[in-house]
Amino acid sequence: MKIIILGAGQVGRTAAYHLAREEANDVTVVDVDDELLRDLQDRIDIRTVQGNAASPKTLELAGAGDADMIVALTNSDEVNVVACQVAWSLFGTRTKIARIRQQAFSRRSELFVSTEGEPPTQLSGFAVDMYVSPEESVTAYIDRLIRYPGALQVVDFADGRVRLVGLRAIKGGLLVGQPIRAIRQHIPNVDARVAAIYRGGHSVDPEGDTVVEHNDEVFFIAATDDIRNVMAEMRKAEDPVKRVVIAGGGNIGFRLAQRLEEDNHHVKLIERSPARARKISEQLRSTIVLNGDAADEALLVEENIDSMDVFCALTNSEEANILSALLAKQLGAHRVMALITRPAYADLMQSGPIDVAISPQTVTIGSLLAYVRRGDVVQVHSLRGGTAEGMETVAHGSRGGKVVGRMVEDIKLPEGARIITVVRGEQVIMAHHDTVIEAGDHVILFLADKRHVEQVERLFQS
Amino acid sequence: MLAVVHVLGSMLMLFSVTYSLPMATSLIYADGLLVDYVAGALICLSMGGLLWILTRPHKRELRSRDGFLLVSLAWVLMSAIASVPLMLALPGLSFTDAFFEAMSGLSTTGATVLVGLDDLAPSVNMWRGALHWFGGMGIIVLVVAILPMLGVGGMQLYKAETPGPVKNDKLTPRITQTAKALWIVYILITVACILALRVAGMGWFDAVFYSFSTLALGGFATRDASVGYYDSVSIEIVLIVFMLIAGLNFSRHFVAWQQKSLRAYATDAEAKAMLALIVISTLAVSLFIWQQGVYGSFWTSLRHTSFNLVALAMTCGFVTQDYAVWPIFAPMVMLMLSCYSCNTGSTGGGIKMFRTLVLFRQAGRELLLLVHPQAVQPVKIAGQVVQNQIVFAVLAFVVLYFGAVVVLTFALLASGLDFMSSFTAIIATINNAGPGLGVVGPASNYQSLTDFQTWVCALAMLLGRLEIFSFLVLLTPAFWRK
Repeated sequence: MKIIILGAGQVGRTAAYHLAREEANDVTVVDVDDELLRDLQDRIDIRTVQGNAASPKTLELAGAGDADMIVALTNSDEVNVVACQVAWSLFGTRTKIARIRQQAFSRRSELFVSTEGEPPTQLSGFAVDMYVSPEESVTAYIDRLIRYPGALQVVDFADGRVRLVGLRAIKGGLLVGQPIRAIRQHIPNVDARVAAIYRGGHSVDPEGDTVVEHNDEVFFIAATDDIRNVMAEMRKAEDPVKRVVIAGGGNIGFRLAQRLEEDNHHVKLIERSPARARKISEQLRSTIVLNGDAADEALLVEENIDSMDVFCALTNSEEANILSALLAKQLGAHRVMALITRPAYADLMQSGPIDVAISPQTVTIGSLLAYVRRGDVVQVHSLRGGTAEGMETVAHGSRGGKVVGRMVEDIKLPEGARIITVVRGEQVIMAHHDTVIEAGDHVILFLADKRHVEQVERLFQS
Repeated sequence: MLAVVHVLGSMLMLFSVTYSLPMATSLIYADGLLVDYVAGALICLSMGGLLWILTRPHKRELRSRDGFLLVSLAWVLMSAIASVPLMLALPGLSFTDAFFEAMSGLSTTGATVLVGLDDLAPSVNMWRGALHWFGGMGIIVLVVAILPMLGVGGMQLYKAETPGPVKNDKLTPRITQTAKALWIVYILITVACILALRVAGMGWFDAVFYSFSTLALGGFATRDASVGYYDSVSIEIVLIVFMLIAGLNFSRHFVAWQQKSLRAYATDAEAKAMLALIVISTLAVSLFIWQQGVYGSFWTSLRHTSFNLVALAMTCGFVTQDYAVWPIFAPMVMLMLSCYSCNTGSTGGGIKMFRTLVLFRQAGRELLLLVHPQAVQPVKIAGQVVQNQIVFAVLAFVVLYFGAVVVLTFALLASGLDFMSSFTAIIATINNAGPGLGVVGPASNYQSLTDFQTWVCALAMLLGRLEIFSFLVLLTPAFWRK
């Protein structure tokens, strides 16, 4: 597929990286910053065009004439929308995705009209087939993490009916020190499946007799309502979170505060800039907005950091996030999370004193990837900082093919790929070795190694 | 380091395929040399295979510094291996001479140490033509087109081999496709050239050989008298046209082909500057030698000037007349043109027209700043701003280029060669043009040089083909520091 990405910011770069990694995609990136593009082109096999993303001239240079998809990810909503409209009106580009940051726009979905497969007609809105809001998805993601104390990652499949949760197993959990199959005796009426276990950075095959050890990183899938019960298997049950400190009142911090105060959490928000602090304090209801430095020890002690359930460092600077989270942890915050963009930092920190390293780009990229691979792939989530992937895909073909009509154990999957759940209509079936795949099933897979994505896709298409 | 050798192994294995051209020729003409090429191909294949297998555990994605090492290694090693069949087929040819001939072929210089080309076996000539042709668009570019597994590493390789100061202009998102596109255009134009030469009166074998030599802007010939042997105006016209085409940027050809229009050339400042320079200097030199009474009529001098001037300016180096006997002004102008005329992304050598334009605009800017010290004046070419970084890179290149010319000329002078021969030999080899003046003039060749002088010239060809930076970076201590 020929894809044009507009904007080489954090999100644009990550999207380019993930999309270009798949052999079938030809990616062209457009940005105004020449230097940024040069650097990007040295790292990934893409073409770059320098210019204003919404200008017809730039889009033509970037090959909009025969592009299949345009993904507008610049930091300006207006530019993104106009670029999509220009691509549609002048070049008839089939798929147009825009990043919309302002809620004032994204809440009025009638502004955006999907034109896919339609002939050019008078539209009643902008020709945008899908819009993504990275800030919104990251906020929702952090919100889920806060709701499940102990979780490292929580992602939804099958329209939110099942959830894949990653967490660190801790002594005190019922299953820790026991083989996986014991879970059936502990909670007989809950159907859950362990998708993967990482021990010391390496993947361990989760068979029935694999023993879960202290400090293992475990991924399991279960119906959304059962998640708490299963989590109790892996670590001592924890009280629901009540008191949250947010460092950084930017887009994400502000939205998170809004969400949390709706659920009656006690939220404190630390913001460095007096003007911004004043602005958000006007829009928030019960949150206490503090003007100061999140890495200021005196301020944290003053605000009783030692009795806080969660400390979230969400500023623009990842170094500041890491340091303030470390400080908060040392001062006694129960659980600390930090927004960390660089995968290398995230790896460094997550196994150490920081409980959860949130990598915003892996959260955002999921919905984009699913849209690009569309047709058969319903949902994609990047896991473990982008090295692994959770994927929901539709099984096609007739009986006797490579997938349909076969038992799970007979399907030849690439190394590290595992079928964990099958969704058949309304029914959610945890996959066992003898589960038979039917045509039209939604199959949820865990891929320990992302490089095998295409192989899996091909398998399910045939 | 070992990862580089791993890729090098696969390149050598691929290179062994090129031996099929002389093999086929040898079969058709039954010249009894088949076994030499089979031996050469097997040596190449087994050496590549061995390197490939031994270094398999070290396989990894190439980094940008690997590109330079790989490209330089590949060019030296391929020239060495390509000299094997020459030594086998021509007993008595020393390794020095065979290496020079092979390097001259691959780097598309076209300077030869062989005499009696007319009596050479057809397969030997075909091998020389094939070396030109593969070296022209670039062996590495071909490898990048064929081996997709190189990924981003492919871009590093491409940048290390392709001439020109601006290398980030990809035609297509994937580097493999860009490399493929360039090769396809190259092949199509070659075929057109073969047909045109056939129509103009050449035999099939010569048509193929001269097309290879022309499109690569090489200059090897199948006759000691070079193109002068045919003494045919139509052949000369066909060759002039295709030499000019090969001296343009192949990306432009690709765009023009894609858009099915000539608009792409109209916006190309480099192409326009090159054509203007060629036309003006051709007219001036023709008038000059006519005035000096070298030829009786203006038309004769125009005919001989246009062919020899274009051939030298495009760094091809075909010859129809012994222009060394013309008043020295004329051959010197032609030799100097070889430094500047070819376009970025062409198969020719030299400083390239783009760099020349940048230098002139930069000089103009400095002059303007003397008059208006506060002026803001970016360097522009065809309305496009050239980043300062590129201007600096161009300046550095030109300094290194002339530095290399001076140092290598002194090396030849120290070895006892006269000044005219030394200077022109270095200019002709570093520009990958071919004939110089003096003992290496158009009527003679590089046969008379000593071994040492031959190696110096071979080095100049390599430097010129890899545009100095790619090779010179290997000599910096920083490159080897861990």
